[in-house]
Amino acid sequence: MRPFTYERATSPADAVSKAAGRRNVKFIAGGTNLLDLMKLEIETPTHLIDISGTGLDQIEPTEDGGLRIGALVSNTALAADPRIRRDYGVLSRALVAGASGQLRNKATTGGNLLQRTRCPYFYDTNMACNKREPNSGCAAIGGFSRQLGVVGTSNACIATHPSDMAVAMRVLDAVVETQMPDGATRSIPIAEFYELPGGAPYIETVLEPAEMITAVTLPKPIGGKHIYRKVRDRASYAFAIVSVAAVLQPDGSGRFACGGLAPQPWRVEAAEQLLPQGASAAAQRLLRDAQPTEGNRYKLKLAERTLAAVLAEARS
Amino acid sequence: MIQDEDFKVSRRGVLLGGVATTAIASTLSPTSSAQTSLPQVEPVSLRFTVNGQSRELMLDTRVTLLDALREHLDLTGTKKGCDHGQCGACTVIVNGQRINSCLSLAVMHEGDEVTTIEGLGTPENMHPMQAAFVKHDGYQCGYCTPGQICSAVSVLEEIKAGIPSHVTEDITAEVGMTNDEMRERMSGNICRCGAYSNILDAMSEVAGEIA
Ligand SMILES: Cc1cc2nc3c(=O)[nH]c(=O)nc-3n(C[C@H](O)[C@H](O)[C@H](O)COP(=O)(O)OP(=O)(O)OC[C@H]3O[C@@H](n4cnc5c(N)ncnc54)[C@H](O)[C@@H]3O)c2cc1C
Ligand code: SF4
Repeated sequence: MRPFTYERATSPADAVSKAAGRRNVKFIAGGTNLLDLMKLEIETPTHLIDISGTGLDQIEPTEDGGLRIGALVSNTALAADPRIRRDYGVLSRALVAGASGQLRNKATTGGNLLQRTRCPYFYDTNMACNKREPNSGCAAIGGFSRQLGVVGTSNACIATHPSDMAVAMRVLDAVVETQMPDGATRSIPIAEFYELPGGAPYIETVLEPAEMITAVTLPKPIGGKHIYRKVRDRASYAFAIVSVAAVLQPDGSGRFACGGLAPQPWRVEAAEQLLPQGASAAAQRLLRDAQPTEGNRYKLKLAERTLAAVLAEARS
Repeated sequence: MIQDEDFKVSRRGVLLGGVATTAIASTLSPTSSAQTSLPQVEPVSLRFTVNGQSRELMLDTRVTLLDALREHLDLTGTKKGCDHGQCGACTVIVNGQRINSCLSLAVMHEGDEVTTIEGLGTPENMHPMQAAFVKHDGYQCGYCTPGQICSAVSVLEEIKAGIPSHVTEDITAEVGMTNDEMRERMSGNICRCGAYSNILDAMSEVAGEIA
């Protein structure tokens, strides 16, 4: 790990003002992704601002009947909250499908959204990677790409976003709330939060330097059956190969988004319109623009079958 | 605190900071040479409670909770396996919750209460989970065992507290103290000897007592 200086922030305003105008500074929340990457010198901040004491660990009702989840609420606390379990079951399910009990106790809502890809070439500092080292090339394209993305990818990067939680947040139309050093705040719909890689895969979200996530809000509950189904190489404690988050209504309509396929949770509203026609039609529309590699073409069929299993579970 | 990125690294300063292991790693790294501008880091003070005792340390900011326990407090029961949160050997209990001590900075634990395997019980006065592991042979080489036991103790607490898991059938209902629940929740602790079924027997026995 490279040397860094460290200070604790006492409030979101304090945190963003400490970060303002500095290069190479990072917020640290649970630390479960950042420290992993710092040990490998993939992340090399020279200054860390500890935001764990900023008091953002509450889940509160909003005026329009939804919930406001503080950015520091742990993945365990969020999954266990009775309101989340009752009204946003897909979120609770996605959270407990991710990582391990120990990690979920530390992982935070904000940190989970911003965790970085698990592309094996991103992790191997001897390999070319446009995300880690701009314009160095992409070793995954033409490499071992079985786990990597099939849609939304580019000629520069085919990595996926690894979060389970974010896929459920996408299906629930969550909104990311942030604070800037000048006191301004933003409410960013999760559909607009992540950036596709294009030619600049190192830009992953619309966040600006020193901008801090303060909360994620959920709109009021939409009812329906909540399902999160994750396909992975072992039954627990592994990242998704393909996952489906769905909220399905008794009349056959519904919403769904997929993990494991793209650089961000992948949701296509036009595909949802086709749900009453079955998994095949909906999955084909979802993946219409897919550009799989030979190594990950299987994910197209797997996504369709996972969706079929979800629809069958909803009917049962 | 020094806020300037443009300080040159002082290897001596870093070594004097007291983290031989991290300092050597970064000195050997091809990317971090003396030419790279790195901040000069002052040690940071940390006061926390470990196994019921108040402790105070001056630490390099890079020291993980795991290294603070092992290298600075000589509590070597907690083990370093992968050092990347993948194996669970470093599991300890902080403020009543199990965490991977390898993925946590020591200086982020100001005021916290940490319990390690040494704090759960002693050879003369074992914690019920430690005694059950002995009785059921819940280990072979023993390397993952401290982490397994800290996790096992917490898992029973988590089930009692009603925290749902991936195998919980109805997440709006009460969570059952079942083998499936225990198995799923222990997945963050890898045992290369494969003592899993004996670990589960040990946990089931303790769970039966507390149920
Ligand atoms: C072995 C292992 C297995 C895992 N398996 C899974 C899995 O199956 N599914 C899954 O979804 N995840 C998995 N994870 C990832 C885990 O969910 C993330 O590490 C965790 O959610 C990150 O949260 P954190 O609070 O620890 O983030 P940190 O590590 O503290 O931060 C991550 C990033 O977010 C930034 N950040 C944090 N909070 C804020 C904020 N409020 N505002 C602005 N920036 C912020 C930090 O600067 C940093 O860049 C796994 C991790 C490990 C180590
Ligand atoms: S797919 Fe993206 S993250 Fe993986 S090596 Fe290529 S550029 Fe890097």
